Amino acid sequence: MTTKKLNIKDKYRLLTRDLDWDFSYQDRKEAFPYEEFEGIKIVDWDKWEDPFRMTMDSYWKYQAEKEKKLYAIFDAFAQNNGHLNISDPRYVNVVKLFLTAVTPLEYQAYQGFAHVGRQFGGVGARVASQMQSIDELRHVQTQVHAMSHYNKFFDGLHSPAHMHDRVWYLSVPKSFFEDARAAGPFEFLVAVSFSFEYVLTSLLFVPFMSGAAYNGDMATVTFGFSAQSDEARHMTLGLEVIKFILEQHEDNVPIVQKWIDKWFWRGNRLLSIVSTMMDYMLPNKVMSWQEAWEVYFEEGGGALFKDLARYGIKPPKYSEQSKIEKQHISHQLWWTFYTHGFATAFQTWIPTDKEMDWLSEKYPETFDKYYRPRWEHARQLEEKGERFFFPGLPMLCQTCQIPAVFTEQDDPTMTTYRASDYKGEHYNFCSDGCKDIFDDEPEKFVQAWLPVHQIFQGNCGGPEVSDILADYYQFNVGADNADMKNSDDMKRWKQWKGVA
Amino acid sequence: MAVKPLHEGYIGEVKDRVENYGGNYIVHIGWDHHMLYAAPQALVLSPDLPFAEFLHKVMPESFGAHPDFATIDWPSVQWKVDGTAFEPVPEKTLKELGVGHKSVIRFDTPGAMGIGNAGV
Amino acid sequence: MSKVYIALQDTDDARYIIAALEEDNPQAVVIHQPAMTRVECEGALMLKRATVEEKLGRDWDVQELQLSLISLAGNVDEDEEYFHLFWKS
Repeated sequence: MTTKKLNIKDKYRLLTRDLDWDFSYQDRKEAFPYEEFEGIKIVDWDKWEDPFRMTMDSYWKYQAEKEKKLYAIFDAFAQNNGHLNISDPRYVNVVKLFLTAVTPLEYQAYQGFAHVGRQFGGVGARVASQMQSIDELRHVQTQVHAMSHYNKFFDGLHSPAHMHDRVWYLSVPKSFFEDARAAGPFEFLVAVSFSFEYVLTSLLFVPFMSGAAYNGDMATVTFGFSAQSDEARHMTLGLEVIKFILEQHEDNVPIVQKWIDKWFWRGNRLLSIVSTMMDYMLPNKVMSWQEAWEVYFEEGGGALFKDLARYGIKPPKYSEQSKIEKQHISHQLWWTFYTHGFATAFQTWIPTDKEMDWLSEKYPETFDKYYRPRWEHARQLEEKGERFFFPGLPMLCQTCQIPAVFTEQDDPTMTTYRASDYKGEHYNFCSDGCKDIFDDEPEKFVQAWLPVHQIFQGNCGGPEVSDILADYYQFNVGADNADMKNSDDMKRWKQWKGVA
Repeated sequence: MAVKPLHEGYIGEVKDRVENYGGNYIVHIGWDHHMLYAAPQALVLSPDLPFAEFLHKVMPESFGAHPDFATIDWPSVQWKVDGTAFEPVPEKTLKELGVGHKSVIRFDTPGAMGIGNAGV
Repeated sequence: MSKVYIALQDTDDARYIIAALEEDNPQAVVIHQPAMTRVECEGALMLKRATVEEKLGRDWDVQELQLSLISLAGNVDEDEEYFHLFWKS
C-alpha cells in the first residue's frame, strides 16, 4: 500500500490552525485583551480563509531559495562595482531617501505584525501576521544589504536609523507608522495590510523598483523583485482581512469605512514624497506621478472598490481631491526639498531644460503655469550666486507632519489653511483630510512630535541650524546636504568616470 | 469624536503647550499667492512684540528676498489672523491683535501676484 | 467585470509558468515589461500544476510560484494542483 500524502490544504490546517486551543480555565478575554476595544465584532474566526497555505517548513524552504539567489546578486554587484553603472550620480539620492525613509518603516512593520500576530483571537490571522512580521524583518535586512554598497562610495547613507528618528521630513513616514502601531490590531491591518500593502502598494513599488531598473541600479531592482513575492502574500492578507471583517458583522462596516478614509488620506500624503522622487529625482523617468496615480489608484483602485461595494463600502473620502492634486504635489514637494536643501540628507538641484520639457509634456495644465516660473527664478538666483533657500523653518501639518505646501483645489497659488481648536490649543492642518483625522482622535494627534516645534523648544540642540544638522541630525554638513553640482558625490563620480 | 482607548480616561500629552517656549510662542506667517515660499514660515516671537516691530524687523527678514517685497503698498495690505480679518495697529502687541500660540497670520498684497504673475 | 493579473520575474522557470497560463487561459493577455512579465485576464486566471510540469519537464510544486512572483491582483485559492486568481463581482 502506498503512503498517502497529505494534500496542501489538510497539511496546512493540521500544522497551523489545528494547533490552536480553546481556553478551559482562563478567561479568553484576558488572553486577548485587544480584541474588542475597537468596536469590531467577530462572530466566527473559523470563517477566516488562508489565501496562501504555507507551513513553516515551506516558508523556510522558499525564503531560503530567494535569499541564496539574492545575496549572490548582491555579491556580484559589489564585486563588479555596480554603482558605476547607474545612469547619473543624482540617482543615488533616491537610494538615500529610501534607506532613511522606507527601510525603518519595514522595521516598524516587523514590530507591528509581531504584536498583532499575538493579539488576534483567530489563529489564521495570527499565523499570517507572524509570517508577515518575519517577511518585514527580511526586508529590513535585504534593503540594508542592497544599499550598503552605496554607502562605501556616496554620502548621506551612513546613519539611516538615527536620522529617521530625528530629521524633519523623516517624521512624516515615522509618524505614519507610529499612528498605525498605536492603533488596535484591526485598524493596524486595515491601515497597513489593506490600505498600504494592497490599495497603494504599487505607488511605492513602481517608482522605486522600476526607477532602479531604469537607472542601472541592479542591487535595488533585485531586492525589489525578491521582496515583491513576499508582498504578494501581504496583498492577499490585506484583501482577506477586509472581506473577513466586513462579512463578520454589519456593525463593522462604518468603522472600516472610517479607517479606509483615514488611511487612504494618510497614505496619499505620505506618497507625496514618492511622487517627487518619481518626477524630479529619477534621472531616467519611469512614468509621471500623475500617470502612476491614474493607473494604480484610479483604475486599479476603481476595480477593487467595485468589488467591495457589495458590503456597503464606498471609495475613500477625498479620492476626488487626490485626482486634482496628482498634477501638483510632486512639484510642490521638490520645490520644498530644493529650498530646504541645506537641511536634507541628500543633494538637491534645479531640473535641466530637458527635464522641464518632460514635466511640461506630462503636466500640460500645471507645470508651465505654476511651477516652471519658480525654477527659472531659482536658476537666475543661482547664476547670480544668490542661491535661494527658505528663510527659516516651515509651518507643519499637525497630522501628516509635512510642511503646509498643499494648495486649494481651485487655486494652486493659495496655500490650504485648515485649523482646529481643542482644549484651548490651536492646531493647523494642510487639508480637510488631515483635519478630519485630528478631529476624530484628537488625544492621539496632540502628542505629535513635530520637528519644527521640537527645534523651537530647544530639544534638538542648537542654537543655530548648523548645530542641529551636525550634532542632532548627525549630518556630515557640506557632504550629505546642499547642492548636487558642488557636492563631494559629484566630484568623486567625475573622477571615477574620468571626466572634468 | 474621540479616540477609542483600551482603558477609559486616556489623555494624550500635548507636546506643544505654550509653556514650553519660555514666554514666547509660535507664530506662522503666510503671504497669499507667493509660493516662492513653499509653506508659511514658523517663528518664535514674543506675544508682547509691538506690531510696528513685527512689520519693520520680522517681515523683512522673512520675506525681504522676494522681488515684490520692496514695492508693497502697506496701507492696502489685507491682514488675517486664523482666518479673521484684523487691522494692524502699530502700537498694539501681537497678543492684543488676536495672535495666539500657533496662530497663522496671512497677508495679501492685492495686485501683486508674485513672480511672473504666476503666484510665485 | 474587473481584470485579475499576475506579474512574474523574467526567469527561466517563469517562462514556462507563463506558457502554462497562456494555454489554460485563452483570454489572457501577456504584457512584457522591463525585467518582468504581466499576465492579465477578465475575471479569473487558472494556473495548473500539470500544465506547468508538462512545459517545464520536471516535477513542480504550486508553491514554487513564490520564487518567480512579483505581484498579483484578485482573490487567491491555492491548492496542490492549481493556483486560482479571481474576482467575485
